[in-house]
Amino acid sequence: MDRRKSIKALLIGTAAGSVIMDSCNPADKKETAIVKDAATPDQADRTREEITHNKKLNEETFFTKEEMATIVILADIIIPKDEVSGSATDAKVPDFIEFIVKDMPDHQTPMRGGLRWLQIESLKRFEKSFNEISEKQRIEIVDDIAYPNKVKPGMKQGVAFFTLMRNLTSTGFYTSEIGVKDIGYKGNVPNQWNGVPDDVLKQYNVAYTEKELKECVSFDKA
Amino acid sequence: MGDSLQIKKQPKQYDAVIVGSGAGGGMAAYVLANAGLKVCLLEAGANFDPAINSSQLKNPWDSPRRGASTKFRPFGDFDGCYHGWQIEGEPYTHAEGTKWDWWRARMVGGRTNHWGRISLRFGPNDFKHKSIDGLGDDWPISYDDVKPYYDKIDKLIGVFGTNEGLVNDPDGFFLPPPKPRLHELFIKDAATSIGIPVIPSRLSILTKPINKERGACFFCAQCGRSCKVYGDFSSSSVLIKPAIATGNVDLVTNAMAREVLTNASGLATGVSYVSKEDMQEYQVQGKVVILAASACESARLMLNSKSTQHPNGIGNSSNVVGKYLHDSTGAAMGGYLPKLFGRKRYNEDGVGGMHVYTPWWGDNKKLDFARGYHIEYWGGMEQPAYGFGMGVEGQNGKIPINGKTKEAGGYGASLKEDHRYLYGASVGMAGRGEALALASNYCEIDPSVVDKFGIPVLRFNTKYSEQEVNQAKHMKESFREIMHKMGAVITWGDDGADKQYGLESPGKIIHEAGTVRMGDDKKTSALNKWSQAHDCKNLFNVDGGQFVSQGDKNITWTILALSMRASEYIVDQLKKQNI
Repeated sequence: MDRRKSIKALLIGTAAGSVIMDSCNPADKKETAIVKDAATPDQADRTREEITHNKKLNEETFFTKEEMATIVILADIIIPKDEVSGSATDAKVPDFIEFIVKDMPDHQTPMRGGLRWLQIESLKRFEKSFNEISEKQRIEIVDDIAYPNKVKPGMKQGVAFFTLMRNLTSTGFYTSEIGVKDIGYKGNVPNQWNGVPDDVLKQYNVAYTEKELKECVSFDKA
Repeated sequence: MGDSLQIKKQPKQYDAVIVGSGAGGGMAAYVLANAGLKVCLLEAGANFDPAINSSQLKNPWDSPRRGASTKFRPFGDFDGCYHGWQIEGEPYTHAEGTKWDWWRARMVGGRTNHWGRISLRFGPNDFKHKSIDGLGDDWPISYDDVKPYYDKIDKLIGVFGTNEGLVNDPDGFFLPPPKPRLHELFIKDAATSIGIPVIPSRLSILTKPINKERGACFFCAQCGRSCKVYGDFSSSSVLIKPAIATGNVDLVTNAMAREVLTNASGLATGVSYVSKEDMQEYQVQGKVVILAASACESARLMLNSKSTQHPNGIGNSSNVVGKYLHDSTGAAMGGYLPKLFGRKRYNEDGVGGMHVYTPWWGDNKKLDFARGYHIEYWGGMEQPAYGFGMGVEGQNGKIPINGKTKEAGGYGASLKEDHRYLYGASVGMAGRGEALALASNYCEIDPSVVDKFGIPVLRFNTKYSEQEVNQAKHMKESFREIMHKMGAVITWGDDGADKQYGLESPGKIIHEAGTVRMGDDKKTSALNKWSQAHDCKNLFNVDGGQFVSQGDKNITWTILALSMRASEYIVDQLKKQNI
């Protein structure tokens, strides 16, 4: 099959990919349509055990409304909207964090405890919860826990929590559609690999050898 | 509640019953079916067709966990392999103080659906190591015996690479390799300048079409998800699908083999299995039984197949079944290339693996370890997945971002700038080497533990020797040199003696072999040179079990070649009515 035909076959395959075979029970040849869940769209191939597992997770709720409100505030402090791309909440990062702590229970206590630590810190400083203080007051606290190499006494646990929040927010953002566009990943699409672009070769002063140019697969430039 | 449990005997008499549908089993099914023989192929896992079941070209956000690993798919949420280290209801045990991690795929095509496609022939030396360094044993066959099959496999399946005239990394029939990526050009320049060779990799990926049934690769770098257009080698797509198309194969999925059945003369008569679908017991008869359930599962089957004729397990009068268990060694190192920060963006996916690699170059006579290793490379602008950006606080304080020195950690627009600047500059390398095959490394039947089907489980007892540790030390020394020569900064993997140089524990590399080894002497081997059990002429083993030694390569290409060779022998012997 030449490349053009193979890409065509692939597109047909992905159109049909919205229906999965019940691969755990080959005797049952009925095709099962994927039930699209608006909150957590998951259109990849899934075995019956995985579907059951994901469904169970989706039916649970971990964070309280108040905790979620704090997560939303923190996520947008960590990844705000800028001239290149939207914010963490634009990219639905809080929903990702809710799912991931259910999927990875080891995150639960550090997140829950860290959020509470933050609330206590806010009450100590301003006699109001983190969700109620002003933007300026929030940044005051965040500035004390955002820098692992500059930690005042008593702030170490807050630093550990903020590091976790930064990790989860960064990962949730840069694996979202908005984030993947922001970071500039250009792959995940059928293409012809013709090597490093000429201008990049020039930029780094490297070149393909004659041997490589002769023996490597190359494609005529369109 | 229902009928009490019975054994249901399948009425059809097959020419061959094959257990396992991975590389070895798939090849056996392909050869036998195309020779007109009737085959029953038992597979413990579910059906799988990459064209239908692959998650290829899904976006990171198509998974709520963004591709993170799960217990169902340890290599990642989009990975093309069902199961792995732990299977519910199917435990395995260890001798105290030892560690073995056992990978078990459960699907049609087995782990060939998600593997790295690294397709390296053994060289002449790899069959005769004892003659060279006095350690271990020689194979009862030589490269010359296997070469005709490597040649056929190259053409049948398709592999890219180049002929370099290397003695122990033999020439083959290669499709053209893809051009190196940017970081691979840096690796090549640095490594070759210090005497470490870097040549095009040899992967079973179609850079050019070879037939009408399979599409050519379109460079999405997702071979690990398995390929919807069959552009890379998976047993499911390349061997089993065409085998079934002959009309000569009955594929039974979700069939967990229990034991090999024998008659009063000690010959194999078939296989008993439990169906995971209805939890009923079945027996299927065949003139020949071919075990290809993966090295340890095949050994387990043989050890669990006891009878009057075979009191020690079928084919095990030598007592070697389960012994001489070995895996590839593995140790890795990585970091970043500062010259790649803030790099221009373009599609750098390429194929699902490295475009270049390093074959073993050392002279073991001058070193403190006897066997070699090859080096695999990775890096660059990879698709974001769960884990992306984590640990940025370890980098953005040390590295000036766009010329600005920042405080480690942080948040806000400044953090977004950090992620963009740092993206695509990572580089890493790993060694995959030959561990010695020792009788003292083995798996055996655990005397007291059964799995949920009532099948006695395996207990592992393996330990790496000084040989493997010294080899890992050499790997780290070599990697350090390459990284420094490239101007790369090492951020992980620079382990010392206290961590055994980062040597992965046995089983972790998932190249296990040796447990049903072949040899000329039936007192010290289970199989003869045709992969045929010494004690039972109609029993064969065609997976990694038959290996006498690893090689500084991985074993898949050799599994395919040996399985083709054994299968042609089976066809011939059946015709002559010798078995």
